[in-house]
Amino acid sequence: MKATLDYILHLADNALILGQRNAEWCGHGPVLEQDIAISNISLDLIGQARSFYQYAAELKGNGTTEDDLAYLRDERQFRNILLVEQPKGDWAFTTLRQFLFSSYQQLLFQKLTTHDDERLAAISEKTLKEVNYHVRWSSEWVIRLGDGTEESRSRILSALASIWTYTGEMFMPESFETASGIVVTDLETAWKEKIKTSFAEANIDAPENTFMRSGGKKGIHSEHLGFILAEMQYLQRSYPGCEW
Amino acid sequence: MSVHDLEKHFQDTIDAEIKIEPLDWMPDAYRKTNIRQISQHAHSEIVGMLPEGNWISRAPSLKRKAILLAKVQDEAGHGLYLYSACETLGTSREETINDLHSGRAKYSSIFNYPTLTWADIGTVGWLVDGAAIMNQVMLTRTSYGPYARAMVRICKEESFHQRQGFESLLVLSKGSEAQRTMCQDAINRWWWPALMMFGPRDSESTNSDQSMKWKIKRKTNDELRQQFVDMCVEQVKLLGMTLPDPNLKWNEETKHYDFGEIDWNEFWQVVKGNGPCNLERLQARKKAWEEGAWVREAAAAHAAKKQKRADANAA
Repeated sequence: MKATLDYILHLADNALILGQRNAEWCGHGPVLEQDIAISNISLDLIGQARSFYQYAAELKGNGTTEDDLAYLRDERQFRNILLVEQPKGDWAFTTLRQFLFSSYQQLLFQKLTTHDDERLAAISEKTLKEVNYHVRWSSEWVIRLGDGTEESRSRILSALASIWTYTGEMFMPESFETASGIVVTDLETAWKEKIKTSFAEANIDAPENTFMRSGGKKGIHSEHLGFILAEMQYLQRSYPGCEW
Repeated sequence: MSVHDLEKHFQDTIDAEIKIEPLDWMPDAYRKTNIRQISQHAHSEIVGMLPEGNWISRAPSLKRKAILLAKVQDEAGHGLYLYSACETLGTSREETINDLHSGRAKYSSIFNYPTLTWADIGTVGWLVDGAAIMNQVMLTRTSYGPYARAMVRICKEESFHQRQGFESLLVLSKGSEAQRTMCQDAINRWWWPALMMFGPRDSESTNSDQSMKWKIKRKTNDELRQQFVDMCVEQVKLLGMTLPDPNLKWNEETKHYDFGEIDWNEFWQVVKGNGPCNLERLQARKKAWEEGAWVREAAAAHAAKKQKRADANAA
């Protein structure tokens, strides 16, 4: 079974929007080494997005390019989950989101490396190496902040309280996933187990009975995405058809 | 050995082109000059991330976004090597950074100019990195070992950045009318500030003589500036653009290009803090540092707890 165009776009959009968010730290990180680390993760995510958009462009044909897909689609056409478009917040929010998302990506890409769609499998395999590092780096931060000072602990707890509502969407199946032979519901238990280990070290508990927001996969986004795209796409929109 | 003998031995070492290393005896003024210069250089890398970082979210293609992000990240890496080189002279990174925030330490004035359009990013790569390289290539041979070695790594990356910047302008120069206008406008705005990067004229420069004798510097401000002008006059032709100086012309006698007078009033105003972005740049750095304080404290507290637990387990 081949992956559908919408599914590849979903993977690309997730990576691009989180890459765009993380890049906001570049030049503004809490310490130089971590400024470099978060920029590096951002760069990896943009690299992932490019691999997926390039594949999607080929699937679409008619001379479509990666930039057409990133720069000339509107809010309603983006298929990323709500989690990745949330503002970067403080260092606790950024590292916790990275941890939750990268842990999900790790499980997903492990699965996708054996997908029938060879191109998707190849991209997943290459990407997985980076994602393993993202998981390690972000889990270390979650532990450090949970087991650091009173302030860092209160910040990671408040990040957790505000972010948790966006985690459920990762495991809500959308038609483009089903049509591509991906069963995201299967990942949820493993994901919960995985994050539990780091949460235990950080001495924090995952919230329970939280209402889970969704809509991103269907193109019903939060109000944040429009601003992200307005900024990101402005040159391509202002000067149509130019080479850069 | 008397101080006189130590000084003689020190100067002989330099004259013999042997590097000065952190544990070697050195005159206080040599140490201070190096601290001043290396820290200023480190701060320039870090503050320099801001005007370019300004365009990461708006880069016009995914490829350009990745290139720009990688470039700005490289600048952070350069800052890191340089702060480390500075530490070998006995000043901590924190002290050095505090000096930047208090205004005691300077950074290159060029970063007090705004990046207004996408063409500024290519132009900064071409002209600003280009001017910096002139200085940095010379510094790979500077007398203080850790500084010279940091510069070797930095130069490799900087020349790559300069080529990328030029290539991005080349694309604009072959693009639409609006893109060509954007390109020329950026060159017009950055040309003179780039020439100012080499510092005051030799006749006005207070630090030059001693720095030449100690081989911290090996070429004067005016020599480097001239070399830069000669290079750019040729390169701008490839872009089909012009440099905004009516007095620019080849001088058959000197075998160099003559060029117009720099607006030294503007130069000193920007040094004094009155450039278009001085306030914003420093505020952005301070904000990042202050907002990161709790993160650094948490990391230190966690490391201490971990150590304590490890010690308890070992006991």
